[in-house]
Amino acid sequence: MQELISRIKALLADKTVDRVLGWKAGDMPYNPEPAYFETEEDLKDFVYDGFCGANLSKYMIEASKLEGKTLVCLKPCDTYSFNQLIKEHRVDREKAYIIGVGCKGKLDIDKIKAQGIKGIKSISGAEIDGAADTLKIDTMYGEKTCSYADAMLERCHVCKGKEHMIYDEIIGESKDTADGNRFDEVAKIEAMSPEEKFAFFQKELSKCIRCNACRNVCPACSCRKCVFDSNKFDSAQKANVVSFEEKMFHIIRAFHVAGRCTDCGECSRVCPQGIPLHLFNRKFIKDINAFYGDYQAGADVDAKAPLTNFTFDDIEPGERG
Amino acid sequence: MSIKENEEFRPKIVAFCCNWCSYAGADLAGSSRLGYPADVKIIRVPCSCRVNPMFILRAFEKGADGVIICGCHPGDCHYSTGNYYARRRMTLLFSLLDYVGVEKGRTRVEWVSAAEGVKFSATMNEFVEKIRSLGKNVRLEDLRCRN
Repeated sequence: MQELISRIKALLADKTVDRVLGWKAGDMPYNPEPAYFETEEDLKDFVYDGFCGANLSKYMIEASKLEGKTLVCLKPCDTYSFNQLIKEHRVDREKAYIIGVGCKGKLDIDKIKAQGIKGIKSISGAEIDGAADTLKIDTMYGEKTCSYADAMLERCHVCKGKEHMIYDEIIGESKDTADGNRFDEVAKIEAMSPEEKFAFFQKELSKCIRCNACRNVCPACSCRKCVFDSNKFDSAQKANVVSFEEKMFHIIRAFHVAGRCTDCGECSRVCPQGIPLHLFNRKFIKDINAFYGDYQAGADVDAKAPLTNFTFDDIEPGERG
Repeated sequence: MSIKENEEFRPKIVAFCCNWCSYAGADLAGSSRLGYPADVKIIRVPCSCRVNPMFILRAFEKGADGVIICGCHPGDCHYSTGNYYARRRMTLLFSLLDYVGVEKGRTRVEWVSAAEGVKFSATMNEFVEKIRSLGKNVRLEDLRCRN
């Protein structure tokens, strides 16, 4: 991390960039948050470790409107999102200085807590320069250890690879942490009976409190005006707009990002209710791959998106397909 | 036994028909005295690709048991390419609906031209029969409220 910070300081000092988009330490050792840094002094809070899961590419939409260049730290999987945003003309490549930061898998604090580790005071082993195999956790009840792989986010078990799709320079080493097939869960649901499928999704989606965190964090969900935004004024804005919208929120949202979702997994990461929202997006990705050939959103800026394209002999919808 | 239980199951079916072909096809079926069940409610749309995926969700949410979209044959779209886009969209949407528990048999896309009154009537009869055998649809309305 020292190498990264000194490089950022140098770039700030010679005015190559006007500000830095990175992560700053939170109030706990495991909740760093996205932040802007404008001076060398600000950078004392800068942090980049295993808990920095947030995808910063969406912040570049706003940063592209600012004067001067913004340095942004992107992990390999975040660069897919950035590419997709370039394709959709939402970010300005000229306004970004991309440092591809190394990544050895990101951690999920809920997975650590689920192992019965409570009262966490500090965590070591999550450093980005470390070997990333064991976490030593100092708790109020003594020291605990936990394997790094067991504490990883779901999305890191199906890692898209350690290559950065777009960057100006790369600092740090990355590791491909994939140890599973990303469509396994989808295939499991597909094999259920219709009643079981409905019951499964009803159980999961009933947990939703409609906080909109998934929408707000999603790089693909960055329309200037969202269909879910109410055009009412003041407190009327907070009321349920239409019950239809409330009920179908997740299906509509999944359809809106179909073919544009890079499977960055942010929706599931931020969901306070732990709803596996990626299951919808992956279903679309699986179908698109099966019906129209392999397509990875964000891998190629010039590739034609599957839903804005067609061939004369596409398969027929529904049972006839 | 109440009267309600005694009644046979009459499915609610929504058919989106393209103005330029299937809607005229339905007309032809009528003027040729070809019957199709009254369970089918036709909604006229300017093109099959006018059918927003939300329309279909809305129909299912409101209690439809089946939704069918009829458009021009591929290559014959009044607007050149509309039905090709509709085909991709619907393929993905139907697959997702199947994934959340609305069987594939309840959704269908059929290409019916203005000259195919016979095909229109046959398709509708067949589709209604299929929905009857599948029975009542899950209430998509309850997707987010477990009781």
